[in-house]
Amino acid sequence: MSEVIVFLFAAAIILVGAIGVVASRNPVHSALFLVQTLLGVAVLFILQDAHFLAAVQIMVYAGAIVILFLFVIMLLGVDKTEDLEVEPIAGQRPLAAVVGAALLGVGLTVVLVAADGVTGARQSTGVGERALDNGATDVERLGRVLFSEYALAFEITAALLTIAVVGAVVLTRRVASADLLPDPEPGSLELPPLAPAIDEEEH
Amino acid sequence: MILALDPLFLDDIGLSIVLIALLKVGLAFVIVLISVMFMVWFERKVVSDMQHRIGPNIAGPWGLFQTLADGLKLLMKEDLVPDRSHRFVFKLAPFLAIVPAFLTFSIIPIGGNFESKDGAINLWGHDTFLQVADPPVGILLFLAMSSIAVYGVMLAGWSSGSKYPLLGSVRASAQMVSYEAALGLTIAAIVLQTGSLSTHDMVVDQATGGLGWNVPNWNLIATGFVPFVIFLIAGTAELNRPPFDLVEAEQELVGGFHTEYSSFRFALFFLAEYLNTITMSAIIVTVFLGGPAGPVLIERIDWVWGIVWFLTKLFVFLFSFVWFRATLPRFRYDQLMDLGWKILIPLSLGWFLFLGARNIGADQGWNRWAVVAVAPVVGAAAAALLMAAVRTARSERLSQEVDSHG
Repeated sequence: MSEVIVFLFAAAIILVGAIGVVASRNPVHSALFLVQTLLGVAVLFILQDAHFLAAVQIMVYAGAIVILFLFVIMLLGVDKTEDLEVEPIAGQRPLAAVVGAALLGVGLTVVLVAADGVTGARQSTGVGERALDNGATDVERLGRVLFSEYALAFEITAALLTIAVVGAVVLTRRVASADLLPDPEPGSLELPPLAPAIDEEEH
Repeated sequence: MILALDPLFLDDIGLSIVLIALLKVGLAFVIVLISVMFMVWFERKVVSDMQHRIGPNIAGPWGLFQTLADGLKLLMKEDLVPDRSHRFVFKLAPFLAIVPAFLTFSIIPIGGNFESKDGAINLWGHDTFLQVADPPVGILLFLAMSSIAVYGVMLAGWSSGSKYPLLGSVRASAQMVSYEAALGLTIAAIVLQTGSLSTHDMVVDQATGGLGWNVPNWNLIATGFVPFVIFLIAGTAELNRPPFDLVEAEQELVGGFHTEYSSFRFALFFLAEYLNTITMSAIIVTVFLGGPAGPVLIERIDWVWGIVWFLTKLFVFLFSFVWFRATLPRFRYDQLMDLGWKILIPLSLGWFLFLGARNIGADQGWNRWAVVAVAPVVGAAAAALLMAAVRTARSERLSQEVDSHG
């Protein structure tokens, strides 16, 4: 019973946030609604005993990614309403409607038509239930699975992220001015002439 | 086996257990508020001592009630909301700063008998830990909350609708996000050492075992001092305290992100700042110095000693933070970023790998001293290769630039 109550509260928070993201005109408000949605999802993770995922959800998404969004919004000063008449990419809006409808259709199909139906019960087969894992916390189980079965995928993801970071640095790093040019040799410097020394005796 | 669960909740949960839990929450709240009051007074007193001034001495004995008087004054003042501000966000921001500060304190064990009872004490026939909560994610809650705290600072500056606060908040959030990485990496080293995320388990781990000769098994020693130093520096930067207080550099930014705030909302920011200082000190004590673990001197009042040890250790760090403020000049912003990204993060990452190598060596039964000798050599070689690569790339880029300019 308590699980249902918590779920309903969290779902309400998530949905209000999600609607707020698309409905609010100010990009900063959108970002804040996004944080609300992410925190609601973290509550759902805790409800499923996935404490680690919840903590990571808050740290990575709410703590890093949305902060970056806000940072860009604040630095670029785009915190104004955009003109909705302008369509940056031709045919974007009808396409978005089609894709959205398709996604909704897929989601509804999963919920309504899937063979077992979606019960909301916890998954009780597979990885987490082997004798080795009994009694371990979710952190231990995740670690064990990540570094054994999915080690290759994990490493590839790590390499991908590193490549992305290096690529971003390489693409953005342009020496635009003479800031980074080596200092001229001391001998070749043309110093302005020194101020004439004041002759003490004249005073 | 369920790890890291307060023994209080192992039995059936009745009224008395709910009351004890509520009592702990209430007590933590009151203790934190009182300690903030004390901390503000303490900071002003110590700083004035170091500057040969007297400091607050009118309100109450030794000026002890000065903070209370200041707080009352702030509550009585007019609550200003600037015309150009975003009203809702402007009002929301102080609460976003204060709530994470309170929540972080809930994972800190402030007492308990770690000598014979694994940190539990007996309250009216129920065993319980002296900490508000012991969630399985433990120390990650601290990292999560410190990333949420960035929102308070960032939104306060943005919503004020004024230039200086915006500059201050951009600085603050960039600084906090940068130093969170170093904090996280040192926390990872601690987790590697302890094998658990729970703060309670960390204290238990440090209370047992060790080198012998009465040397405590503190993570400070077990992880080899470097993570401790990194954590202390990164923690000070995360708190925006001097020498990293560019956020509110008065000469440049008026008051920083809270320039436009007054009255109760300013008081909330002020409270959050000092709360964070106390919590950060408590986190350092917990993860590096064994928290409340220590000898029980008189068995009959065993619950007292944990609190005594905890407060003693906490006091050392509270004093150090004040000391930093009184003696160190402020960093320049580019120095701050260089220190964070180019020194602390690589160093903590390298040290983390070193600790990992040591653990693998222990698992495989390699000679401990050989591992300790070889690992730094490998690390140094890797660092030298990396630096050589950076240097080559830089000189190549420079020669290209020179060609294109010439």
